[in-house]
Amino acid sequence: MSGSTTLVDLEKVSVRAGAVRILEDVSLTVHPGDAVGVFGANGAGKTTLLRLIATLQPPAGGRCSVFGADMYAADRFDIRRRIGYIGHTPGLYPELTLLENLAFVADAHGLPESEARRALELVGLSGAADRRTDHSSHGMQRRTEFARVLMTGPDLLLLDEPHSALDADAVDLVDELVHRTVERGGAAVLVSHDRDRVNSLATRTHEIKDGTLL
Amino acid sequence: MTDAGATPGFFAQVMTIVRRDLLRERRSGEVLWVTLPFGAIALLLVPLAIGTDAPTLQRIGPGMFWVIVMLFGVLIAIRQTSAETQAQRDMVALTGLDPAAIFVGRSTASFLLLVVFQTVLGAVTIVLYNVTPTGWAVLPVVLLLAASGLALLGTLAASIVSTGRSATALVPLLVAPLSVPLLLGATQALEAIRLGRSSLVWVLLMATVGLLLAVAGILSARPLQETA
Repeated sequence: MSGSTTLVDLEKVSVRAGAVRILEDVSLTVHPGDAVGVFGANGAGKTTLLRLIATLQPPAGGRCSVFGADMYAADRFDIRRRIGYIGHTPGLYPELTLLENLAFVADAHGLPESEARRALELVGLSGAADRRTDHSSHGMQRRTEFARVLMTGPDLLLLDEPHSALDADAVDLVDELVHRTVERGGAAVLVSHDRDRVNSLATRTHEIKDGTLL
Repeated sequence: MTDAGATPGFFAQVMTIVRRDLLRERRSGEVLWVTLPFGAIALLLVPLAIGTDAPTLQRIGPGMFWVIVMLFGVLIAIRQTSAETQAQRDMVALTGLDPAAIFVGRSTASFLLLVVFQTVLGAVTIVLYNVTPTGWAVLPVVLLLAASGLALLGTLAASIVSTGRSATALVPLLVAPLSVPLLLGATQALEAIRLGRSSLVWVLLMATVGLLLAVAGILSARPLQETA
């Protein structure tokens, strides 16, 4: 892995939606090898925190950098390929097959389609590669998202409620994803309700309440 | 498993988007099986409404063709690009594809669909309105400029739509005035040919509008992606 030794550096960061405060004075540092668990109730700001780190949510104030790139500067776009983000809703195209969805991402990353096939195999979906996404179960779509992250090998893994709606095998996949990322010198941030699962993976944990990280 | 490969060049990124959009259209059939038949029906309704007076139909045929192409053409380009969910937009943003390449790719895919759309509607117009096409040297240029202008305009409008619900209201304000020079250029270029005059000024008007839309779309691609 290349770049800064601090992967994520947030200092007194705030995020607002109009007049509504979503995150306030959030400070968080993530180093290579970290697996950070963040717990909180619905609406506490967990998803916004992950989207902020993923450079998808602009901050309203504070100091904020990811891979050393300032989130207020143009170079934040250059580090996006190094981030693996899996949100609540699968970011897949329903009319395409599972393989075609992965092949699109492979193409965008300069990888051959064979990598997409391999990734599907790793998550146990090689038999469903040609199934349309809207004809696949939610669990299969989640697995496809895991395959996408396995395929691109990000340095920073961001998982939003990664264990929800998964069978036992898929839950193990999440654990494997986190372990792989951390072992290769990357880091992971997981936000979840499932304390037991995340506690077993995380090297440290935080609580988020009303937009404030405790 | 695998580290991400080398960042593809601009043209390769454009082709990635073109392939995706055409594949999505092939699967959904939105343009070919929904919008295209509607356009053909709209062309059919006019003779039914005004009667089968051959000289009148021949006179209004080219104008009707362009009006239908403009109205449905912008819809095609907007539909192609505005139907993405937030999760899909996030996924695309994190692939690191250059927003300008995404804009050019989407416009190119819409352009190709619009060429098919125009070709089919052109054939329908010839049959229903008994129109005899003239100016075979300039006609393809006008059709291609209209398709590219509409594709760029629709893609730009869709990028604005995706920035928020309130932005939807801005789209007609953007599309209406910018499609006028395209409509004017297309109709007047063919009229000039019919009358044996030079159509150069109208062709240049369409090319200029297309160029301005391309520049505006490329320059605004990154800020629009960030506010989506």
